[in-house]
Amino acid sequence: MNWIFLVASTVPTMLRAVPGDPALHIPDGFLNLPISLLGWILTAILLAVAVRRTEGEFSERQIPLMGVMAAFIFAAQMINFPVAGGTSGHLLGGALAAISLGPWAGMLVMASVVGVQGLLFQDGGLVVMGANILNMGLLTALIGYGLYRGVLGQSRGVRLAVAGVAAWLSVMAGALGTSLQLWLSGTARLDVVMPAMLGVHALIGIGEALITVAALAFILRTRPDLLAGTAEARAGRGWVVAGLAAALVVVLLSPFASANPDGLERVAMDLGFIGQGADAPYQILPDYAVPFLGETALSTVVAGAAGALIVAAVAVVIMRMLRRSASPA
Amino acid sequence: MSIHVNAFDRFRAGESLIHRLDPRIKVVVTVLFIVSNVLLPDGAWLAFALAWGVILLTGVVADVGVGYTFKRSFVALPFALAAVTAIFAIPGRPLASVHLGPWDLVATDAGLIRFVSIVIRSWLSVQMAILLTATTQFPDLMHALRHLRMPRLLVAIVSFMYRYLFVLSDEAMRLLRAREARSARLTEGDGGGSILWRAKIAGNMAGQLFLRSYERSDRIYNAMLARGYTGQHLTLNPHEMRNCDWLIGALAVMLTVFLQVVGRL
Repeated sequence: MNWIFLVASTVPTMLRAVPGDPALHIPDGFLNLPISLLGWILTAILLAVAVRRTEGEFSERQIPLMGVMAAFIFAAQMINFPVAGGTSGHLLGGALAAISLGPWAGMLVMASVVGVQGLLFQDGGLVVMGANILNMGLLTALIGYGLYRGVLGQSRGVRLAVAGVAAWLSVMAGALGTSLQLWLSGTARLDVVMPAMLGVHALIGIGEALITVAALAFILRTRPDLLAGTAEARAGRGWVVAGLAAALVVVLLSPFASANPDGLERVAMDLGFIGQGADAPYQILPDYAVPFLGETALSTVVAGAAGALIVAAVAVVIMRMLRRSASPA
Repeated sequence: MSIHVNAFDRFRAGESLIHRLDPRIKVVVTVLFIVSNVLLPDGAWLAFALAWGVILLTGVVADVGVGYTFKRSFVALPFALAAVTAIFAIPGRPLASVHLGPWDLVATDAGLIRFVSIVIRSWLSVQMAILLTATTQFPDLMHALRHLRMPRLLVAIVSFMYRYLFVLSDEAMRLLRAREARSARLTEGDGGGSILWRAKIAGNMAGQLFLRSYERSDRIYNAMLARGYTGQHLTLNPHEMRNCDWLIGALAVMLTVFLQVVGRL
């Protein structure tokens, strides 16, 4: 069934006015309410921290910079190169944004890109926008920057190679997040959606990696001052740990889940998070007349998605807070 | 040939009741409506039909034409492929079974109903979002989000992004056109070197666009300083909640409750 997703990710570029990877822009209706809310909560926490960090650290000069850079990512997603048989490689940009602008600024920029794509072009839904921002903006920036930060002192070749790996992994993380959310919402079967999404994005990710590396090499050649300034000043070891943790989750979970989806499902059930996986959320819903869910449903699913992605995302937040409270302000 | 704002922006100028509503209430009602769609149970056909009726009616009142939302409502349809597997995911009366490579798929009636419901929910939600964008100018939308407690910084970034979206997309189109003019047969066949070479050129273009954008943002900032920028985007539209805004809001809440009740009968 992989070919279906191949078609899904290439044909729509002709139907759509907007560039970008359609397979990751989840429309409204495809995620249930608890998962949508969870996406918004995680996104809101990370963005709130990003806003605080950015406001404290930068002058108002950063506002036009980040605004224009968000427009840049949007426009850069139009740049493609033909691969074969009518398909083309293009850029998602999360890793590039985080590496070139710093992690928090990168997250704000990517959130703006995904937000405008949803609001202005209906490319991705509104209620599910939190999940979309998480998948395409925050996870990508976390992995992209975290890995790159780890080799900051190394030679140019090593940095570019790691940036490429990080870009590939960031796309995989987005695909992994999307398939898990679809599965937890009862929209798709894990054993089909996961290998299909990851399989296609393993290819899409190569395009992402190549463009990201070439773009960074170009910037390093022409304006090395831009990259030197951003990367050093902005963050410490916490990013490396968080980025590596998230990358590790992608590397370990993807093959496991693809080869043995029943295993993941059984683990999920054994731990008692998501009752019967797919069915639980929708079976609970009809009992609630008020369009809001009881604590139980929400907390069940919170625990369910707690799998790996959240741990990584929350780890950053906590680490940042610990760091701040530890340092005499 | 360059992209113009009208080619990109989905706003349809008008003076209708919907256009004149406070953008805050439009945002809230849109989100409420989408949440209501998401909460409707599988196979609530009557409620789905009523919800579509609401959209069509709103489209008529907003004077954007009945066909407008319908025409553009299929943007999210390709994603439906991701939900196809729902047909095989839900236990129920088996309809057919497919053997496909490693997968042993049994289609069930409940699964089929789930799939169709997901697609309809998404289709309805997209139409509501289209209506919001069609009747609200983007700067007003941003103003509304600021009033709804979106962080000032984020609103400022998105507002800037919106202003330069067209400029930088133009820039990207120019780069693409320049490449097309210089490397023959790029769209068909392997014109222009190996895949790696092509990827590198695309990366160089992205890097080039990055630098142009970066330098542009410097100029913009200087220009803003010269004109007395204070960190706020101003609008001439008043943005006050009037009685008719509250009325429409209350009406929308009652309507969604009604849809939920109908959906559960």
